[in-house]
Amino acid sequence: MSDELLSIIEKNSRIGVNELAVLLGKEEIEVANEIAKLESEGVICGYHTLINWDKTSIEKVTALIEVKVTPQRGQGFDKIAERIYNYPEVRAVYLISGGYDLLVTLEEKTLKEIAGFVSDKLSTLDSVLSTATHFVLKKYKDHGTVFDKKKEDEREVITP
Amino acid sequence: MTKPLSDSVKSLKPSGIRKFFDIVSEMKDAISLGVGEPDFDTPWHIRDEGIFALEKGKTFYTSNAGLKELREEICNYVSRTQRVNYDPMHEVIVTVGGSEAIDIGLRAMCNLGDEVIIPQPSYVSYEPCAILAGAKPVIIDLKAENEFRLTPEELEAAITDKTKVLILPFPNNPTGAIMEKGDLEKIAKIIIENDIYVMSDEIYAELTYKGEHVSIVSLPEMKERTILINGFSKAYAMTGWRLGYACGPEEIIKQMTKIHQFAIMCAPTTSQYAAVEALKNGDDDVKMMRQAYNQRRRFLMNAFREMNLDCFEPYGAFYVFPCIKEFGMTSEEFATRFLEEEKVAAVPGTAFGNSGEGFLRISYAYSLDNLKIAMERLKRFVERLRKG
Repeated sequence: MSDELLSIIEKNSRIGVNELAVLLGKEEIEVANEIAKLESEGVICGYHTLINWDKTSIEKVTALIEVKVTPQRGQGFDKIAERIYNYPEVRAVYLISGGYDLLVTLEEKTLKEIAGFVSDKLSTLDSVLSTATHFVLKKYKDHGTVFDKKKEDEREVITP
Repeated sequence: MTKPLSDSVKSLKPSGIRKFFDIVSEMKDAISLGVGEPDFDTPWHIRDEGIFALEKGKTFYTSNAGLKELREEICNYVSRTQRVNYDPMHEVIVTVGGSEAIDIGLRAMCNLGDEVIIPQPSYVSYEPCAILAGAKPVIIDLKAENEFRLTPEELEAAITDKTKVLILPFPNNPTGAIMEKGDLEKIAKIIIENDIYVMSDEIYAELTYKGEHVSIVSLPEMKERTILINGFSKAYAMTGWRLGYACGPEEIIKQMTKIHQFAIMCAPTTSQYAAVEALKNGDDDVKMMRQAYNQRRRFLMNAFREMNLDCFEPYGAFYVFPCIKEFGMTSEEFATRFLEEEKVAAVPGTAFGNSGEGFLRISYAYSLDNLKIAMERLKRFVERLRKG
């Protein structure tokens, strides 16, 4: 059940346990227990909302920063990743294969703040060798959801 | 003056859906539960393959029976799902939708006066296609108490010495009924005893919600007397690509290919390239869509239970077929009033045969949000009718 349950709530975290039970063909108590289990195991890490900030009056700037680092003995990349992800303005940190090591997603109010973060906080870390900052100009799709696209039902209204 | 029309064509009844369609299309903000096609877009990798084929200039006819590569993939698919092996060179034809396969299959097999047994409620084109093939349709009225499955007794009663072929439309449109292995074994026995053929329309095979779909062709001695029809429309959400196929004994496929060659030439080339991709890499898409349909199916069954609306539990296709007999109206009256009063369009069961009287076809090829609104309206409507 957990695969199907997860795929439903990944798209709609507001769905109630009673409705989930109907969709999955299970008892409510089974579903509630499964969710509790997935939460305690850390499979479900949170219930967030996907917001298209561009449509609000709130200014946000997103940057993707490629970071090259020296891994540390005994700890590999984990220690340096932790030092970076502890900053609240850092939205995501991924260890990446290929030309650089860490991909850091940063969200700030202004370009200047991002520049400040990179020059003051990130570049000055001992293990950081270099950074390359890319600013996001437009978000088309995030978390599997296409922004700004209402789909019309173009099918004939009645077909055999 | 010479009469311009063919008597047999003139005698065909127009589809009962048409009238309804006209009312709905004029109505603003009506919700439709009336479509017989998936709400999903064709998965992108399949569309991309079609685009790629166009870019590469693959814009010529294919061989009459279809791209060899596609026929091979079709055979692989039937082999891995039903453990039945077909020869891609002689026992498969790619058609313009499953509908064409039904048409040319009946035309290839029937002589004037041969009888074609058609269980109803079922898809609207079997009966006219049989008539146009010069055959005589013999209708079996399936029963709700049998969950709209075909029983051996019903089949035996319909067989005469003129019977040529039984059309076996499961998973079924409009009822959502399926036939399981045990049911099919009883049917197969009668087919073999009476030396007749089966045209098994399995266009909804991938949309089965109770175990895996079993084809009658997988039963002993049935391969040589079965035309298996399937296609890409429902499983891969590819209705507009118009692509289906038939597998069967070489002698029948050969004659079907002849008709196809003269009437159609070949199925659309772009669609055929896209279909190769669908069969090779589309399993996950099918699984995702099947899961979504199944959730909606459960949602509707639960909604019917809550409003005490009688409905057998269907395990196939994307239709539910609730019974509306308690309201003392015909299906058409019910559907028309439901549309006028609550602005929800569902198709009267009678559009699929007289035995659909007293039932309504509700399609769940719609988003859950859409279905929720429709069920709220149905509940309100049903409660109002009950109050009188």
